[in-house]
Amino acid sequence: MSSWNLPIKELGETPLAAEGTTFKSITETVCRVTETKSPRGWWIAFLLAVSFTGVMGLSIGYLFWTGVGVWGNNAPVYWAWDITNFVWWIGIGHAGTLISAVLFLFRQKWRTAINRFAEAMTIFAVICALIFPGIHVGRAWYAYYMLPLPNEMSIWPNFKSPLIWDVFAVSTYFTVSLLFWYVGLVPDFATLRDRARNKTRRLVYGTLSLGWRGSNRHWQNYERAYLILAALSTPLVLSVHSVVSFDFATSLMPGWHTTIFPPYFVAGAVFSGFAMVMTLMLITRAVYGMRSLVLMKHLELMNKIILTTGSLVGYAYAMEFFIAWYGGNEYERFLFVQNRLTGPMAWAYWIMISCNVLSPQVFWFKRFRTSIPVMFVVSILVNIGMWFERFVIIVTSLFRDFLPSSWGYFRPTPIDIFTYAGTLGLFFTAFLLFIRWIPMIAIAEVKGVMPEADPHFGHDDDGGEHHGEAGHKHEHATAEASS
Amino acid sequence: MQIFPRSLNKLPLIIGGVGTIVPALLIGAIWYYLTPKNFQVGYQPTQPVPYSHRLHVGQMGMDCKYCHANVEVAAKAMIPPTQVCMGCHSLVKTDSARLAPVRASWESGKPIEWVQIHKLPDHAYFDHSAHLAAGVGCVTCHGRVDQMDVVRAEQPLGMGWCLDCHRDPKPNLRPKDQVTNMDWKPEMAANWTAPDVHPPQHCSGCHR
Repeated sequence: MSSWNLPIKELGETPLAAEGTTFKSITETVCRVTETKSPRGWWIAFLLAVSFTGVMGLSIGYLFWTGVGVWGNNAPVYWAWDITNFVWWIGIGHAGTLISAVLFLFRQKWRTAINRFAEAMTIFAVICALIFPGIHVGRAWYAYYMLPLPNEMSIWPNFKSPLIWDVFAVSTYFTVSLLFWYVGLVPDFATLRDRARNKTRRLVYGTLSLGWRGSNRHWQNYERAYLILAALSTPLVLSVHSVVSFDFATSLMPGWHTTIFPPYFVAGAVFSGFAMVMTLMLITRAVYGMRSLVLMKHLELMNKIILTTGSLVGYAYAMEFFIAWYGGNEYERFLFVQNRLTGPMAWAYWIMISCNVLSPQVFWFKRFRTSIPVMFVVSILVNIGMWFERFVIIVTSLFRDFLPSSWGYFRPTPIDIFTYAGTLGLFFTAFLLFIRWIPMIAIAEVKGVMPEADPHFGHDDDGGEHHGEAGHKHEHATAEASS
Repeated sequence: MQIFPRSLNKLPLIIGGVGTIVPALLIGAIWYYLTPKNFQVGYQPTQPVPYSHRLHVGQMGMDCKYCHANVEVAAKAMIPPTQVCMGCHSLVKTDSARLAPVRASWESGKPIEWVQIHKLPDHAYFDHSAHLAAGVGCVTCHGRVDQMDVVRAEQPLGMGWCLDCHRDPKPNLRPKDQVTNMDWKPEMAANWTAPDVHPPQHCSGCHR
């Protein structure tokens, strides 16, 4: 008998839900959040997030009215916070796809507890990211010129520019992520529909669940679609952030013109994305009592990924220095040694190194890897560090380049800061609404990895017969998993 | 429990139908209404003086270059000043009410405020002299002005329209002594073939 048919106990796996969790209790735990009144803390957080979103709206309005000069960008530093924030948000989004698609392809069952959460995060982060390419252009109302639309001017975008690739990469990424998320949500919307106590909820969730009945045929198509989407998302997630890295890597600037950027940016994206999932997961898990579904095992595995990708990023930092020395190009040497390591913006570099390379190293120790306060602090440090990584790459490469006569410095204006803080507000507004109205854990998928969902659950199977009590239990499990 | 009525089974069909027709209509509307074909062609404002090209060119046979005198040498074809009008009208129709604004301009020295019809944005540098030198006739871009009582725009003047000709200029070329001839047709000239011209198709051709 093949090993994947064995009950998980015999494989030595630990269960992915706490002791005493049943199909019913999973449904109860997850659905209860959307069916009961929000705690006062939710309202406080929501109002705060909405007001930050308002600040973003005002900043962008002021920007459109007055011009991009309201930002601190200047002649050598044409890109600064705008693109830093763009890359940062896109990077955060990538963990969602990694968790839902890549870990799905690798049959990592532990992803079930966090994938919904991470996919939602992807979508909201990509929305925040998409704002910046739209508004950092001087004439935002001509942004549609970046689309290859037939027009009376007989002009077309230049497909040699990675900024045009960005348009395709990010819009495709957003669409596919949204579809992937929605496909996953259909069975859970059906659960909410069936539990609905009033007519409005029944209509809304009934519409969203698209007539899902959980039939065998539904599930077969669903699984196939999910697999295909996962297989499409995986190359997508790698290429999207590679394309974002091409914005820099295809240029001629010392510090930008580097072939290591595509994989290094992807590693950084996964790194920062996992850190963001961790930050949010720790808070939500505690506030909404999801401790029975998101176990320390999940958190520990996430920390291992943070450690891995953090070390990959550290390797890339080291390799950039090595090549700067080994390549013997004086501009590149200057950039890394006199400009990043020392120089007027060395502070940004050292914040980046200490947050990104040093802080995750504590996860080598199981004691820290399984300590919630430690992982909370590290996850926040990583996000700060990854913001500074993009800032360092963009600004410290630009403010001192080939010609000393064009050297400058960069100082953000309040509008820079308000816009960034505003996108955080937008992100959290969307996120809080998600928590309030949508099952934050994939109910159907968690049920699928429960011991009860195993066809061999409940009897010592010798690999021969599949009749009797066990068969009934199997049917029972499937029926309930889909309800 | 049944939430939605059975009639909703038709919904996918409706969405499919509406989802095809509405975007198609939208695209069609944008395609036509948001282009110079709609904005430019047919523009015919009332001018301060009821000047008739039909009378002056069509019936009296004046050459275009009598009034638009610099069109062969300058980028911008001139609108004749009041002096050109008064060259005749100080003696002809001196008491016409229709010419009152011209006489007023002559006396006061204030130019007549003609309404411009063919307007290009300032980032497009059109040069009349280059086109006449290559053998593009007036009628190709401005239509049968000799038959217009009030000038109206005949062509869209959009960038795609410009480029269509710059990519394939030959059908629109004529002998250089025929550029102001409104009636000229290629079959009228024996043994005439359009010369090889190389109109710019790069940005700096016009967007200097």
